[in-house]
Amino acid sequence: MSTTSTAAAPPAPVQPGPLTRKTLTADHPTWCPGCGDFAVLASYYKVLEKLQYPQPNIVTLAGIGCSSRFPYFVNTHGVHFIHGRSLPFAAGVSLGRDDLHVFVFGGDGDGFSIGGNHLVHTGRKNVRMTYVIMDNFVYGLTKKQTSPTSPVGFKSKTDPTGAMDQPINPMRTLINTGASFVARSHATQVNHMVEMMERAARHDGFSVVEILSECVEFNEGAFDAAIPRKGGQFRVIEERKNDGSPEDALRHDPSDEIAAFRLASQPWPGVFGVFFETNRPTKNQLEAGLVAKARERTKGASDLELLQSSFKRLR
Amino acid sequence: MVLPVNSPSPGTDPLVPVTRKSVNDVVIRLAGNSQDGIQTIGGFLARLAGRSDQDVMTYMTIPSTISGGPSIFQVRMGNGDILSSGDQADLLVAFYQHSYDDHINSLRPGGVLIYDTEYVTPNPDDRRFRSVGIPITGATVEAVGGSSKDKGKNLFVLGLITRIFNLDVAKVSGLIAERFGGKSEDIVRNAMLAFDAGYGTPADNLRDVLYSFEAATVSASGRPQVTTDGNLALTYGLITAGVRHGAGYPITPWSSVMETMRTELSKYGGIFVQTEDELAAIGYALGFAYSGHLAVTGSSGPGMSLKMEALGWAVMAEMPLIVINVQRGGPSTGMPTNVEQSDLMQAIYGSHGDAPRVVLAPKDVEDCFYIALEAGRIAREYSTPVIILTDQALATRIEAFDEPDLPKLMVDPKPDLSPRGMDFKPYPLDRLTRHAPPGAPIATGKYPNVSGLEHDELGHPTGNPALHMKMTARRRDKLKALAATLKTPEVYGDQSGDVLVVGWGSTWGPVREAVKQLRAQGTKVGQIHLRHLHPLEPGLDTLFARYRKVLVIEMNDEGLYGFGQLATLLRARYALPSIGSITKTDGLTFRIAEIVNGVNKSLGRNGSAAANATR
Repeated sequence: MSTTSTAAAPPAPVQPGPLTRKTLTADHPTWCPGCGDFAVLASYYKVLEKLQYPQPNIVTLAGIGCSSRFPYFVNTHGVHFIHGRSLPFAAGVSLGRDDLHVFVFGGDGDGFSIGGNHLVHTGRKNVRMTYVIMDNFVYGLTKKQTSPTSPVGFKSKTDPTGAMDQPINPMRTLINTGASFVARSHATQVNHMVEMMERAARHDGFSVVEILSECVEFNEGAFDAAIPRKGGQFRVIEERKNDGSPEDALRHDPSDEIAAFRLASQPWPGVFGVFFETNRPTKNQLEAGLVAKARERTKGASDLELLQSSFKRLR
Repeated sequence: MVLPVNSPSPGTDPLVPVTRKSVNDVVIRLAGNSQDGIQTIGGFLARLAGRSDQDVMTYMTIPSTISGGPSIFQVRMGNGDILSSGDQADLLVAFYQHSYDDHINSLRPGGVLIYDTEYVTPNPDDRRFRSVGIPITGATVEAVGGSSKDKGKNLFVLGLITRIFNLDVAKVSGLIAERFGGKSEDIVRNAMLAFDAGYGTPADNLRDVLYSFEAATVSASGRPQVTTDGNLALTYGLITAGVRHGAGYPITPWSSVMETMRTELSKYGGIFVQTEDELAAIGYALGFAYSGHLAVTGSSGPGMSLKMEALGWAVMAEMPLIVINVQRGGPSTGMPTNVEQSDLMQAIYGSHGDAPRVVLAPKDVEDCFYIALEAGRIAREYSTPVIILTDQALATRIEAFDEPDLPKLMVDPKPDLSPRGMDFKPYPLDRLTRHAPPGAPIATGKYPNVSGLEHDELGHPTGNPALHMKMTARRRDKLKALAATLKTPEVYGDQSGDVLVVGWGSTWGPVREAVKQLRAQGTKVGQIHLRHLHPLEPGLDTLFARYRKVLVIEMNDEGLYGFGQLATLLRARYALPSIGSITKTDGLTFRIAEIVNGVNKSLGRNGSAAANATR
């Protein structure tokens, strides 16, 4: 069955040249001047320039929120889905097509609040994709309500006297889901962001990067404690090199889940880098295994033959 | 229902071969507990009928409790079109006293009662039936012996029924061997021991209740008959339609579709995902659809509520998708193992904003297969979500039908990744959307966004008031374009007259039988059945104009204003005061008499007298 456009036959496919910032740029971002998300977008371009995937095979997805406007600003196949459900959608894309590179962008409300259940289960299933959470500790698009990562005492329109609920600890939460790559970065540290996102993209599994991305409008200065030029400290996780040196034993082993939890429990503003990384079978691989086994049993029968044999059993 | 009633003939020598009375079709009700395996033997009887070129329909109730509780399975088998599972039983098998108490009144006067003498004491003053007491439990234990206790008494009863109706022993034994052959030899042997014991019940006990079926006519299509339930027919229909991807969350009575999909699709290189919840299920399905596959998700009413936001997105983003709703009694957890058609309004209008989508309903088990093909065709051609409204009755009942012409019907499931030309627009104002899945090169070098925000032709968000009106009209007009291609439904029965009966979904069979009865009584009645509920098939108004009354039969409540859900829609659409409504919400399929009475009542005749006149 053909589902091609009713228009005249299309010209020969354009072979996309190398990916550059120019070929990747789409609509001009609608974010407020000074928003941390601009730097995340610039870093995403850089990562794609480095990876040089075929342009038609990159998918940029998002849910709802300021950061979720992302797909409009990137010239790839894109999806702007509904609030909190971008992960199940992305999982369908990833499992539906092995040849695609799936990137999901969203905020703290999308990921940790309305979509919290999906975070847990996408991690558990370890579906191959990269998820970037741009965390600003506030609902910005709806103009300053408390978010699941707002610290206790944060004054917002829904908590005028200060937030009272314990905020989510993103790193601990993510490690706990079973996500096989968990990292943290800061929107003022472009090189670090690019490194984290590139490693996430190269990771085979559900890889998540939380990026502290300041909302200059509703939560100004929230992440200054990790900005050196504002008097803060940007402390990067030193990863184990396995060089046998005595100091190496003190470095972080990202495959050590307990150590990752310990790092994640450090007081604000904590540390940045790869907290946890492990190789465990992706759902993509496991499902492909199921198909391979079934195909082995049915000995290359065609779809029609399979269906006919099913009906034969109903006679 | 035509079992001849003969008076017992005392003094007949049991050794003399008995004469069997001939029957055309028969309704057998098995009443026991859910763990007695009565569904299994009911299924055997249905399958046997299918293999004998007979028509068949089953009906069952299962308790919604986890284990145990009263359960029935009713089989109607015979020759000619079997359109309903039968208002009254000709033969009742009562395993327990509660089975007898609850179901004796569903037995036709003059019908046959078989009861287990160890558990049932029939009312000695009730002489309406021919009662045969058999020590079912004891005889089974004796036959099978040892530790199995009373397991196998279902097969004993199957043997008994085989004897009573002169069924083909070789075919029945074959079915038993097929069913249990995969297990141990012991199981097959014990099953056959129980069956033989039932079959060998002394003729002395049975001589007044022996029958045989009139010869069946062979199917016209030349293809063999298949016997299955609605959910399985639907599942194979989806696969035939090209569905290789789907996602769902368990809920009765939808679950069996996803269970079969989960095991079947991997053979076809596809995947069915059990997701964390209903919202994720439609999310995955839309992800599959976006990636270029014809995808399915499904649920029952409560789960459908949870899918509604994403369904609105699918309408806005114009994504092809099939959504199954196996309706049950609602609202909330309601009556999860009973039937209702109360999700029609939800299917058409649920979600938010103006979100037109396609809604279809199958009329019987066979149609569950074909409706899936229709849904797939429309979803692809019009790039739209399509909801299939089936129900608990169709999901679980078994019918025989001609095997579909599979080579002719199979649809290629391959995603269309062909390059899109310079004029490609994801949402063109002057033609239908053709989704370009990722991987498809775009000649302009500008890759599309599929969006739930109101958008322009290229998928860019816009708040332009005029464009929102244009795009809203575009999404509506494509369904009007679909409607224009549909056929006006054919009228069965009188082409004009007193009443046009309008049905949808699983009520088709009982409505057809009711129409036959009404016409036999001299009422001028026609019947139409709507498979397309949104958009409606064209030309209904000209049909409606030919009858004094139009009565819509449906299993939902008459609501605050006195009309069922489809009746309400038809009244709003056609503004005809002649449109009325026959509804009910007892969680059971329509009995023929209920429809006959309803029609007579609406014509100002005495309903119950009319019902009596149908005997």
